[in-house]
Amino acid sequence: MAHLDLSQVGISFTRAGRTTEVLRDVDLKIAKGEFVSIIGHSGCGKSTVLNIVAGLLKASTGVVLLDGREVSSPGPERAVVFQNHSLLPWLTVRENVALAVDKVLARKKSRAERSAWIEHNLALVNMMHAADKRPNEISGGMKQRVGIARALAMEPTVLLMDEPFGALDALTRAHLQDQLMDIHVRLKNTVIMITHDVDEAVLLSDRIVMMTNGPSATIGEVLTVPMARPRKRLELVEDKDYVHCRAEVLEFLYARHARPALAA
Amino acid sequence: MASPTTLDGKVSLGTGGRDAAPVKARSLPRISGKGLAKVAAMVLPPLVVLAGFLLFWEVACSHPGAGLPPPSRVVSEAWPIIVDPFFDNGGTDKGLFWHISASLQRVALGFALAAIGGILLGTLVGQSEWAMRGLDPIFQVLRTIPPLAWLPLSLAAFRDGQPSAIFVIFITSIWPIIINTAVGIRNIPQDYRNVAAVVRLNPLEFFFKIMLPSAAPYIFTGLRIGVGLSWLAIVAAEMLIGGVGIGFFIWDAWNSSHISEIIVALVYVGVIGFILDRLVAGLGRLVTRGTSAA
Repeated sequence: MAHLDLSQVGISFTRAGRTTEVLRDVDLKIAKGEFVSIIGHSGCGKSTVLNIVAGLLKASTGVVLLDGREVSSPGPERAVVFQNHSLLPWLTVRENVALAVDKVLARKKSRAERSAWIEHNLALVNMMHAADKRPNEISGGMKQRVGIARALAMEPTVLLMDEPFGALDALTRAHLQDQLMDIHVRLKNTVIMITHDVDEAVLLSDRIVMMTNGPSATIGEVLTVPMARPRKRLELVEDKDYVHCRAEVLEFLYARHARPALAA
Repeated sequence: MASPTTLDGKVSLGTGGRDAAPVKARSLPRISGKGLAKVAAMVLPPLVVLAGFLLFWEVACSHPGAGLPPPSRVVSEAWPIIVDPFFDNGGTDKGLFWHISASLQRVALGFALAAIGGILLGTLVGQSEWAMRGLDPIFQVLRTIPPLAWLPLSLAAFRDGQPSAIFVIFITSIWPIIINTAVGIRNIPQDYRNVAAVVRLNPLEFFFKIMLPSAAPYIFTGLRIGVGLSWLAIVAAEMLIGGVGIGFFIWDAWNSSHISEIIVALVYVGVIGFILDRLVAGLGRLVTRGTSAA
């Protein structure tokens, strides 16, 4: 049985009496420890898939099973790294992580253990130096790192990332991707990441899920990325598999499933 | 001026200690001079306007038969209550300090009740679509009722001046608190709600950890308007209910034709109202340090 199992998942939204089907028949099985990226043009509903897995949206049809149990509401075992970091601006970096840890691990760990765990996770993303700063005092890349620390600190079974590096500049993004790969190698957690960046998807993923365009978007193709881990950004540039995977995704996005407006 | 300065510097080049001292002495007054100019720029214009106003008032009211006393006569006539605000001859014959402190106590109690009730009701209205549909039209009608119009009703209900005055404060200041809190709650970003949902905060934790801090800037806007209205209402209410209080003091002075005392009391009312407003605004700034800059 798959660790995370989406079967026949679909969702429709009704606004002003008109019903739009956003997703249809999404079938996806993800194994434990797998890193899966979902890529597609903007507006294709890839974030919607993530929100359904997170439990923030309710699927109209189909079911999501995590370890055989149906997902019906949000929970810390499916922690989310939000696109816009979603840190609470009135709390310091440490307090933001503490809010999650003190709530989620209240029964599992003593107060001292929780405090050590907060520091551990801040250290994991190299944010110890700014632990007492507020979100508006740190850069966008740092905020995203804190968002990742907060999500990891909940000890999630599945880590859900919604375009985590979308709003960052290229250099910061590369740096955070390396850190994320490093963390994934160490913790071996299951990750679903939404992205619109082809290089990011190929670099980080075990499999890339390519979505067709909406409305009624669904999974077009799934590409397995065979390169061994740990992966090194510089060595991959000329790697045969890397170049091949990159070409596959590009062809899917820009030839077979180009955005309708652009294809014309 | 330039040549003596360089000369001075060259001469004392050998002795560093003596060199530093005059430089310091020269630059110090320049810095504090700048600061002084800034303070003067803030303080002088209102002082000049005030002086002009007093002068105009003095000239306009010093002819015999003028309706109001000129400032000089206000000061001389009201001198006893200006220099001794703390006397207490029993009954309502007390210094201004006691009157103002009685009024402030009523405001504190009524406003505190309004703050608690307003934030809770505002949260309800902001959070629940049905509560808003049900309550908002009623609030919109009730909030237009002038404060004093509530007084006879509350006197009938409480049969006593003190709780009636506190009720008038409460009912006057609660509306802006409710309305602003509701707007603040409605404006909580979906992101914060998602975070709370993923972490599984219970409703009580959500209220204290997400709602209150997120809506704090709005809540304090409501509180600030509310405290201003309270102070407006208490002076008017006290004129009618009597007892110790600045409103009663003003009414009493009018009945005894002590116009100068009225003018002194009005200055106090204005200054206290200003301080109350600043207090709530300052408290708001302190509490919402992080929130406003999201």
